[in-house]
Amino acid sequence: MDTLLEATAINTGYGQLQVLWDNEIIVGKSERVVLLGANGAGKTTLLKAIMGLIPLWSGSIVFDGDHLEKKRTDERFQSGVSYMSEMGVIAGLTVEENLLIGGYYLNKQAQKQQLEKMYEQFPDLKQKRKNAGGSLSGGQRKMLGVAKALMSQPKLLVMDEPSAGLSPLFVKEVIDFLIKSTEESNLSLLIAEQNVKFLEIADRVYVLDGGRITFSGTVLELVANDAVKRAYFGLEGS
Amino acid sequence: MRKPLISGGIVFLIVLLFFAIMPSVYSNEDLFFQAMVYLALAQGVNILYGFTGYLPFGYVGFFGTGAYAASLCITLLHFPPVLGIIAGGLASVVLSILLSPLLRLSGAYFAIGSLAASQMVYYIVSNPSLQNITNGPYGINLESVYQPHTSYVTMIVILALVMGVVIYIRNSRFGLSLQAIREDPVSAGMAGVHVVRQRAIAWFLSALIAGLVGGAFAWHISVFYPTTVFDLNISIFAIVFTLFGGVTTVLGPVLGMFVLYGFYNLIGISEPQYFQLIYGILILLLVLFLPSGIVSIVKRRGHYVP
Repeated sequence: MDTLLEATAINTGYGQLQVLWDNEIIVGKSERVVLLGANGAGKTTLLKAIMGLIPLWSGSIVFDGDHLEKKRTDERFQSGVSYMSEMGVIAGLTVEENLLIGGYYLNKQAQKQQLEKMYEQFPDLKQKRKNAGGSLSGGQRKMLGVAKALMSQPKLLVMDEPSAGLSPLFVKEVIDFLIKSTEESNLSLLIAEQNVKFLEIADRVYVLDGGRITFSGTVLELVANDAVKRAYFGLEGS
Repeated sequence: MRKPLISGGIVFLIVLLFFAIMPSVYSNEDLFFQAMVYLALAQGVNILYGFTGYLPFGYVGFFGTGAYAASLCITLLHFPPVLGIIAGGLASVVLSILLSPLLRLSGAYFAIGSLAASQMVYYIVSNPSLQNITNGPYGINLESVYQPHTSYVTMIVILALVMGVVIYIRNSRFGLSLQAIREDPVSAGMAGVHVVRQRAIAWFLSALIAGLVGGAFAWHISVFYPTTVFDLNISIFAIVFTLFGGVTTVLGPVLGMFVLYGFYNLIGISEPQYFQLIYGILILLLVLFLPSGIVSIVKRRGHYVP
């Protein structure tokens, strides 16, 4: 497996409060990785550290051969890492403006092509292209967030709880769309979730608990790991 | 893209033709000059507040700096007036670079910080110990280069440049990135927008506009005091005109200026007590029912406003 993202010995936190201890996470090219953890485990903090939204105390982040530690968020984005936060949408901009901002660094022609492609994949967005992002329903916002994050044709899409606030039916739609996108474009995924439904698409899984990576392996290995089942799923080991 | 540019161009032409023709219809050139000054300043506020969300209560600081820098270049360095105006614009940009740490602030803190900065410049300029350079509180006299018609035409050119810049920003990726920053700087950064650089460009551009307008104003009125060009009402008028018409459009500040400044000139001088009352009620109604300005009536229905 060719490595796309390699974050090692990540230590960070907020102010004096350390949240992550020596985290290590690797995402391969075209690989779908799920970062599983309960509320407060440090999933969002780890993603923010990767995107440069909070300073790294120590550790290294290498993406596609380049060190990202000293790069700004916009430079990391331009390297090919796109990030979809829990809401992922700029509420005051229209649907189309959100998509155009997503493809901000593409040339005009590529931006237009991507816009058409997104409208093809999400016809609802085309209908509502003049509506403000903030006026969409939760599911439509999530849809827009995914489309916006994919506008720049990233190599890696980092998603923070894409299932938050969505009905099970729409979670299924998001999963199906992500499978389709990754297969079509060799896109790699790093998804922070607490919804185990996303394990369906995972090639590998990390479990984050109390700021430390407590498990790393395949879904089958996860299911067979009694300690993880007890700690995360609250189940008794067989 | 073409349709927005055409509609923006129509507003541009109507406004400039109005100011070019009106002095020959109604012989009060000073009135139209002042209107152009406020319109250009309102557009400068539009760039800064409308597109980036920074409310510059101290915007008059750049205006006064431009007026003084232009005047000193004309009187002390014997620059031709137009070159003096350009120097005034550049001096305001230099001031904006010095004050760029203010961009770390947001909301009310930025508004108060910019106000304090403008007062600081005022006290430096009006300080009697600088009388050899700025003439301290006794003001500036540019009567030797007084050419009201030429300065009027120069102001039309400046207004054309300012409106051209706003039309460009309104319809460009740069403008879209500024709006994204205004709405959510973190999301904008995550979409690849260089937040600090884009904000700084808008800040410098806005300062340049105020500086150029200040320089033209100084040349046109030719005799003024520090209190004239650092008057806080200049900031307030520019901000209120912009908010009244509607931000992030080129048309909003035009409407705001024509309605409110027109109204001010109709009864503000002859009947100041009624003017203050009606002016207050108008602004109250706007804040309550049209917080996004007059243009929001059209925007709400999904129509494009240039």
